[in-house]
Amino acid sequence: MNVITAENLTKSFGSFTAVDHISFEVAQGEIFGFLGANGAGKTTAIRMLCGLSKPTSGKGFVAGFDIRKQPEPIKANIGYLSQKFALYEDLKVWENIRLYAGIYGIPEKEIGRKTDEILQRLGFENEKNVLVKALPLGWKQKLSFSVAIVHDPRIVFLDEPTSGVDPATRRQFWELIYDAADRGITVFVTTHYMDEAEYCNRVSIMVDGRIQALDTPKNLKQQFDAKNMDQVFHQLARKSKLNGE
Amino acid sequence: MQQLIAFIRKEFYHIFRDRLTTAILLLLPIMMLILVGYAITTEVRNTGIAVYDPSNDIATQAIINKLEASGYFGVTRYLSSPDEIEHVFREGKTGLAVVFSERFYENLMHTGEAQVQLLADGADPNHAITVTNYATTIIASYQQDLLKTSVSGIPYQISPEVKLLYNPEMKGAYNFVPGVMGMILMLICAMMTSVSIAREKELGTMELLLVSPMKPIYIILSKVVPYFFLSIINLTTILLLSVYLLKVPIAGSLFWLIILALLFIFVSLALGLLISSMVEKQLVALLISGMALMMPVVFLSGMLFPVENMPWLLRMISEIIPAKWFIMGVRKIMIKGLTYSSITKELLILGSMAVVLIVVSLKKFKIRLE
Repeated sequence: MNVITAENLTKSFGSFTAVDHISFEVAQGEIFGFLGANGAGKTTAIRMLCGLSKPTSGKGFVAGFDIRKQPEPIKANIGYLSQKFALYEDLKVWENIRLYAGIYGIPEKEIGRKTDEILQRLGFENEKNVLVKALPLGWKQKLSFSVAIVHDPRIVFLDEPTSGVDPATRRQFWELIYDAADRGITVFVTTHYMDEAEYCNRVSIMVDGRIQALDTPKNLKQQFDAKNMDQVFHQLARKSKLNGE
Repeated sequence: MQQLIAFIRKEFYHIFRDRLTTAILLLLPIMMLILVGYAITTEVRNTGIAVYDPSNDIATQAIINKLEASGYFGVTRYLSSPDEIEHVFREGKTGLAVVFSERFYENLMHTGEAQVQLLADGADPNHAITVTNYATTIIASYQQDLLKTSVSGIPYQISPEVKLLYNPEMKGAYNFVPGVMGMILMLICAMMTSVSIAREKELGTMELLLVSPMKPIYIILSKVVPYFFLSIINLTTILLLSVYLLKVPIAGSLFWLIILALLFIFVSLALGLLISSMVEKQLVALLISGMALMMPVVFLSGMLFPVENMPWLLRMISEIIPAKWFIMGVRKIMIKGLTYSSITKELLILGSMAVVLIVVSLKKFKIRLE
C-alpha cells in the first residue's frame, strides 16, 4: 500500500521552478531516501507534502489525503523534523516531550507512560530534568526525532536530520530510524550523506528540481556501474545546470 | 483544548525561566511610577523664592512669613525691580518668583482686591505646577485668616495670577500616570508578543507547529494569553501605586477605566501579532515595535508634549495612534472624574481599532509558509 503518492508535483517561485514535475510512490513501512544537492528542491518538495507549501501544479496524496484539499487530516498523520531541531531550549527534556504529546493530541492519561517510554528508549532517564540547551547536539537530535514521532504517525518526514553531527551519532540516529520503521512508521528522509543512502530501502536522486533516478541502492549502483552511492550521485550531479556542489 | 493548555503552560515556562526579562517587565511600571512620584513629592521642599515687594506692608509681610513657615519655601532674594526676575531664574537657585502689586494692603482694605503674581520656571513643568499650586494654597489660606478677623465684612480678594515662564502649555504630573500606563501596556503586549512569535520562527519551532495538527488560532491564543495576564498584573500595580503612593485618585468609575484599558490591551496585542506576521527575526520585531510603536507613544500621544501645538502632519499621525486615545480617555475618567459618556469617542475608536487589527493580523498569520 502506498502512503505517499506524487504525480507531476510542481512548485515555481516566479520564473524559477524549484520542483519540476516529480512523480513517485512510497510504500507503507519503507525507508525512502530523498537525495539531492543543496538547492535541488528537496526541502520544497517535503514542504509541499507536509502541507506547508501549496503546489503550483500536479497532485499529491499523503496517508490517503489530498495535499491541496485536506491539509488538516494529513497533519494528524505525519511527523516532521527539519534541519533546525524544533525543541524548546529553555524547557526541560520531559517538558518538551509532554508539550509535543499535548500538541499532537495524545490523551492526558497516556502522556506520562509515553514520556517514560521515550526517556527509556533514549537512555535519558537521568537527564529527564535537564534543560534542553544543556544537551549535546547529537542528544538533542535524537530527542527531537523521538518527539517528532511521539504520536506514532504513519509517516515521518526528516529534512536533513543528520547534518553537522559526528559519524558515531549519525549511526545511532539511524538505529532510531530503523526502530521506527520496524514499528511500521514510513520514513521519508532527505540527506546529502551518500553513505546514509545505503541504509534506505529505496532512494530517489533529484537534480535541478527533477527526479533523475529512483530505485534500490543496489540496483542504482548496478545501473550506473558504480562501487557506491557517492559515485552514482556524482555521475548525476555532473549533469546539473546549476552545477551546485 | 488540551493542546491549548499544554501550549499556554509552555509560554509561561518561557516567561518565568527568563528571569531577567520577567523582573524587568514586572518592575518597570513600579520604577517608572516611583521616579515620577519622587519628582512630585521631594523637590518642592526648600524651594528658593525671589520676592518683589514694592508695597512692603503688613499683608505682604504676612504672606511671605506664611510661605516661609510652610517649610516648602525659603526667600533667597529680594528684588528691587521686576526686570531682575529673568536673571534670578537663570542663576537656577530660584524656583518661584512672587511679585506683589503696589500698595497691596491698601488696595485689599479699600477695594477688597489685590494682585500677586507667581512666576515659576516652566522648563521643569512638574516642579513648576507643584510649586505654584502650593504657593496659591498658602496665599488662599492667608485670605481665609483675613476674612475671619475682618470686622468690616468686606470680602477681601487676593487674586494670585499664576504665570509659567518658558512653557505656557502646562503638563502636570498627573498626566504621567495615564502616560506610563499607555507605555507599559503597549510595551508588554505588542513588543513581547511580537518578539516571542518571531523567536519561534527564528528557531524553527514555528515550522513544526504549523506541520502539527495544532490550530493556528491556538498558537495565537497561547501567545496572547500570558502577556494578557502580565499586563493585567501591571495595570493593577500601576493603579495601586498611583492611588496609594502618588495620591493620584481614580476620580471616575473604575469599571470604565478597566474597560478602556482592556480595549487598549487588545489593540496592543493585535499590533504585536501583526508585527510578528511580517517579520522573521526577533531583532526586527524588537526594532519595529520599538520604533513604530513606542516612539509615537512617547512623542505623539500627548503624554509628554501637547499634540495641539504640533504641525498638522504630526497631528494627523497622532490621530491614528491608539495610545493617544487611551491616554485621553484615562485622563477623563481617572483624573477629571468624568462619566463614561465623555469617553464614548475614545471607546469607539479603540474598539474599532481592536476589531480591524485583530481581523487583519489573524488573516495575515500564515498557516502555510509560502
